[in-house]
Amino acid sequence: MKFLCIDCDDVMTFAERQLPGDGTLTVVFTCPSCGREMAMLTNPMETRLVSSLGVQIGGREVPEQPMELTRSNLEGARADAFSAEDLPLDGPKTAGTDAEPVIVKGVGSVTWSPGARERLDHVPRFVRGMVKRIYSEYAIEQGIETITPAIMDQARSDLGMEGM
Amino acid sequence: MGSSSSPNEPKKQAASRATTKTVEHMRKIRTYSEVKQETGSRILEQVTAQRARLANRLSRIGAIVAIVSGKGGVGKSAVTANLAAALVRRGARVGALDADLNGPSLARMLDVTGARLGDGADGVVPATGAGGVAVISMELLQSEEDTPLRWKGPGSDSFVWQSVAETGILREFLSDVAWGDLDYLLVDVPPGTDKISRLLDLVPHPHQILLVTTPSEIARAVVARSARLLAEAGAGPETTGLVANMTAYVPPGGDGPSLPLFGEAGVEALAETSGLKVWAEIPFDPKLAESTDRGRPVTLGEPASLAAHALESLADRVEAGPGGRRVQL
Repeated sequence: MKFLCIDCDDVMTFAERQLPGDGTLTVVFTCPSCGREMAMLTNPMETRLVSSLGVQIGGREVPEQPMELTRSNLEGARADAFSAEDLPLDGPKTAGTDAEPVIVKGVGSVTWSPGARERLDHVPRFVRGMVKRIYSEYAIEQGIETITPAIMDQARSDLGMEGM
Repeated sequence: MGSSSSPNEPKKQAASRATTKTVEHMRKIRTYSEVKQETGSRILEQVTAQRARLANRLSRIGAIVAIVSGKGGVGKSAVTANLAAALVRRGARVGALDADLNGPSLARMLDVTGARLGDGADGVVPATGAGGVAVISMELLQSEEDTPLRWKGPGSDSFVWQSVAETGILREFLSDVAWGDLDYLLVDVPPGTDKISRLLDLVPHPHQILLVTTPSEIARAVVARSARLLAEAGAGPETTGLVANMTAYVPPGGDGPSLPLFGEAGVEALAETSGLKVWAEIPFDPKLAESTDRGRPVTLGEPASLAAHALESLADRVEAGPGGRRVQL
């Protein structure tokens, strides 16, 4: 799908994506020649059709995670479908102090604060491993040694991760 | 009503004139094909990345063997589970992918019901089933055994996106599971020629395709459609073979002569019209059904049974076929 500015005969380019949270999608395109803006609005069915392709309009802030489409869309998912072996954050929490650094396979080493661990505990287990990896990769990429709830908020905002 | 001087007539004439005027003064607007620039939506690069990930994953697999039919109830899943076990018994590294998202059964047949998947650095770690077969199935991801497959999203018009979503899930089963280096990945494809097409969209050229049928005329008629679809997709007799299942009834205990289960000669007719050869004839052996239901493939649990012998012959054929571990004779 492309949008053409008829007056300029120029292809309008992606500028912004908004997910209001009601299943709809708003994507803003701009004419690079005249600056005119237009918004493409999709209804929930159309939005779902696009997301079913496993793509995001405007590109991805976070690389596609293993079985992301399955994990984020399956109703009635089995809570313990994924083993805890690769989720060391399920270990005992140390109140008031940072926990030992955990090694995220293939990513590096990062420490999770007790508050961040607790918040992660609220993430459904079906997607917890995926979410943990996203935050860990973000922190390591940013040179952050300890993931705190504030860092999680920052990551969500920076990465456009609604609902994680 | 019905009069040529209808009150709406002037409006119709005006609309007609407007249409004519529009056509006469139609502006030249470039078509999609004429517009070469991208929009910056970065959709294409994401699709390209998906395809690259899939190709990279499949490049580590010696042979992808699709088990298809088009017809339901002919025993595709049982053939898949038992063939996987026969191959792994010979020392092959084998994966089994249950592409039947709505009616999965491979997890049970390969004894991994309730097993957990792993979140590995290289992807999702599959379950390890009977004999060491790596297994992925929707059954491993659902909370209840009788949970119907449902996706999050708007309930209305779900038919519009559901097929796209399920193709995406199959893609993830293929590309996001850490299969590692396999000799064979068996893909159990659900009934319906559209499901065969779905797999071919993702894996255009499976090394081998087993077209499972029974001798009944009804099965022949349905499976013939699949044979034609495969031929049109370029899968010829060198890669595609017929697997005739339930060819005869083996009495309990395996003693006594086998009895014809169907009165029709559907398999021979299908072979003749499709130009495909019969790669295996598997009798209906109660031991196969019981053993497979218990998650213990007959090729492991009852290797001396007639059904196991037939499945071992099929394993021979697969091993000698395209991508197989043995050079074709």
